[in-house]
Amino acid sequence: MAVDVREAARAQGPGRPRREITTAFVVSRIAVLAVAAAILLYAVPPLIAAGSWVPLGVLAAASAAIAYLYLTRRFVAAKYLIPGTVFLLAFQVFPVVYTVTTAFTNFGDGHRGDKAAAVEAIQTGSVRQAPGSPEYTMTAALRGEELVFLLVDPATKQVSLGSAEGLSRLDGARLGATGKVLSAPGVSVLTAPQAAARGQEISALAVPTAGGLIKANGLSRAVEGKATLVYDAACDCVRGNGDTWTADESQGYFVNARGEHLAQGWQVNVGLDNFLRVLTNPTISGYFAGVLGWNLVFALASVLGCFALGMSAALALHHPRMRGTRVYRIVLILPYAMPAFAMLLVWRDMFNRDFGLINQLLGTEIDWLGGTMTARFGVILVNLWLGFPYMFLVTTGALQAIPRELTEAAAIDGATPWRAFRRVTLPLLLVALTPLLISAFAFNFNNYNAIALTTEGGPFPADSPQVGGTDLLITYTFRLAFGAGGAQFGFAAAISVFIFAIVAVISAVAFRRSRKQEEIYA
Amino acid sequence: MKMALRHVFVLLVCAFAVFPILFVVSAAINPMGTLASTDLLPTGASLGNVADLLTSDTYPFARWFFNSVFIALVSSFAALLLSMFAAYAFSRMRFAGRRVGMLALLLIQMFPQFLAIVTIFMIFTEVTELYPAFGFNTVWGLLLLYLGGALGVNTWLMKGFLDTVPKELDEAATMDGATHAQIFWRVIMPLVTPILAVTALLAFIGTMSEFLMANVFLRDPESKTLAVGMYGMIAGDHRNANFGMFASATLITAIPTVGVFLWLQKYIVSGLTAGAVKG
Repeated sequence: MAVDVREAARAQGPGRPRREITTAFVVSRIAVLAVAAAILLYAVPPLIAAGSWVPLGVLAAASAAIAYLYLTRRFVAAKYLIPGTVFLLAFQVFPVVYTVTTAFTNFGDGHRGDKAAAVEAIQTGSVRQAPGSPEYTMTAALRGEELVFLLVDPATKQVSLGSAEGLSRLDGARLGATGKVLSAPGVSVLTAPQAAARGQEISALAVPTAGGLIKANGLSRAVEGKATLVYDAACDCVRGNGDTWTADESQGYFVNARGEHLAQGWQVNVGLDNFLRVLTNPTISGYFAGVLGWNLVFALASVLGCFALGMSAALALHHPRMRGTRVYRIVLILPYAMPAFAMLLVWRDMFNRDFGLINQLLGTEIDWLGGTMTARFGVILVNLWLGFPYMFLVTTGALQAIPRELTEAAAIDGATPWRAFRRVTLPLLLVALTPLLISAFAFNFNNYNAIALTTEGGPFPADSPQVGGTDLLITYTFRLAFGAGGAQFGFAAAISVFIFAIVAVISAVAFRRSRKQEEIYA
Repeated sequence: MKMALRHVFVLLVCAFAVFPILFVVSAAINPMGTLASTDLLPTGASLGNVADLLTSDTYPFARWFFNSVFIALVSSFAALLLSMFAAYAFSRMRFAGRRVGMLALLLIQMFPQFLAIVTIFMIFTEVTELYPAFGFNTVWGLLLLYLGGALGVNTWLMKGFLDTVPKELDEAATMDGATHAQIFWRVIMPLVTPILAVTALLAFIGTMSEFLMANVFLRDPESKTLAVGMYGMIAGDHRNANFGMFASATLITAIPTVGVFLWLQKYIVSGLTAGAVKG
């Protein structure tokens, strides 16, 4: 790649006229510093308060790098790339990278936190009322912002304050007729509706005692209970109920001798298991080829159909003597202006067998979305309607950039209009529009909305309810990953990596081919 | 004769484009306001659905409308600027990783987004705790999130356009002692208004109908955008009864977009012109 003249001149330095320091120069530098300082002033205190040192370090390093970048005269290209890239990194690259890393773990329902959290959840979850222990009258209250229990022993009428730290004696409380606390020093008592609104917090609070835990039972009773399952660090196992569950670090579960596991597990690294599961699981690999085939047909038909229709309309309007082009353009752009998700839902209702518009117009009684072939035709038609105005817009523009002399020259040389289009116009159009076509292909390959809002993947054959006739890989895996079996993020992430690989490979091949074309025609 | 054929073809495409919209219009002015009673041609005309929509207590439609237009305008303007900066660098400067950077922009868009939503949810759970002003249910948080998509296929479009603006122009300006910033603002920007208009329209439309992210992000009825709010309108068993209101809302949602298109149309035709093809 040749370095252009300007760049070469800059590299030689001395030949360039010395730039004077203008007011704009100074003002812009001050503005950059002021904005950076304002962001830091806003962002730093909460991070310090929360003790999040790693994000604080990242923030400091990023601010320093950005301040340096805009104060120095070097790295001109980076000055223009950084603003967009910062957002790209934070909200697109980071989520994608994080998703890919979860593909190597068992992250999902039952495996959300670390092992300590799992042990805690198992122990508190197994608390049962200890035989003979008192049932306290409980009043929920707030100490500052913290939820606490005011507990009244039914026998002694002694009031204690229970918090997550433990139980302490509380004097000076006033009791009501029902035995609940009306007021107490240092805390504000919650009224019944206020307590009801915090029901989840109340049932989550466990007050540790010498022999177990005090937990709420409803909104006005609390009982002392003992954990029936107890973690023993010595054997790295959980004991209780006459059984022993030993930690299995490869599964992220506590497992007993019979191979059963406790419901609560923790997140562990599972290596390539998720990827192997995609390849070897018969329910998945059995349908994979069929779904992939239809997925390719759907994406290709959507892109090529939209392109063909949009381009034909643009070509028809592209004539010096054509009248009414402004009005036609507005009408053709209308489908694109309508909110896509709403129109998908409207189309779904238009295909309805009983009161749908399509059957009314055609005088038929076809259950469009009920049969595989008609449903496939339907979703492609809907996608064509949604997508062709975009292709119409971009080809309209691209056509006007093709010098009219070229097609005229072809006509003078005796080419038929079709040949002139095929040999001159279309190749020039493709050079310009290939990146857009490829990105449209990638978009449609993963077009979740187009399926989820119309057929939801259906129709489903009676004998295999897992996969429907119009399921794309993405809707199919969405159901697999988040459906009846609970959320399995790690597994879903592995499937996304596969989908990404497929789309990227197809796009790369298309790109190489278009590059060759560009060398020929451009 | 050939002209007539062109008109016939375009009219056919127009009919295809318009008939579902006609159905929506018919549903919007249908006095019954239900899906089952709607035909292609209106059986009666009333503005009852629009009135219901604007006075509804359950659905703060005016608020949603304001949220959507505000988010779409601000985010497309900001995204335009960020994208233009990047396109300028990609088109005019030579640096290591230029080609890779351009390709990476396309590749990132190919990753299935729905899983990234899990991560985005986790990021913003943290952000909501630290900086409530940019957290869930806020316009500013959603704006930040949308700016993550500022660099993408639009950057390619702009770069293609910039490649057609003769380099001699900025070389001449450099000779006269202009800095790169002066070239960008005084030489390049006035020349690229057409492609700015096109990408502005694309970004505006994209943001107006964005649903997946907004649905996770906005839970509070007052903070919803049109896409999220309207989806809730015909969710579950409201589907039939609220269809007239939903159709009116759909039409009203299209108004700002058509407005932006009419406003930008004079730039667009010449804008796409050079936009895509290298001269």
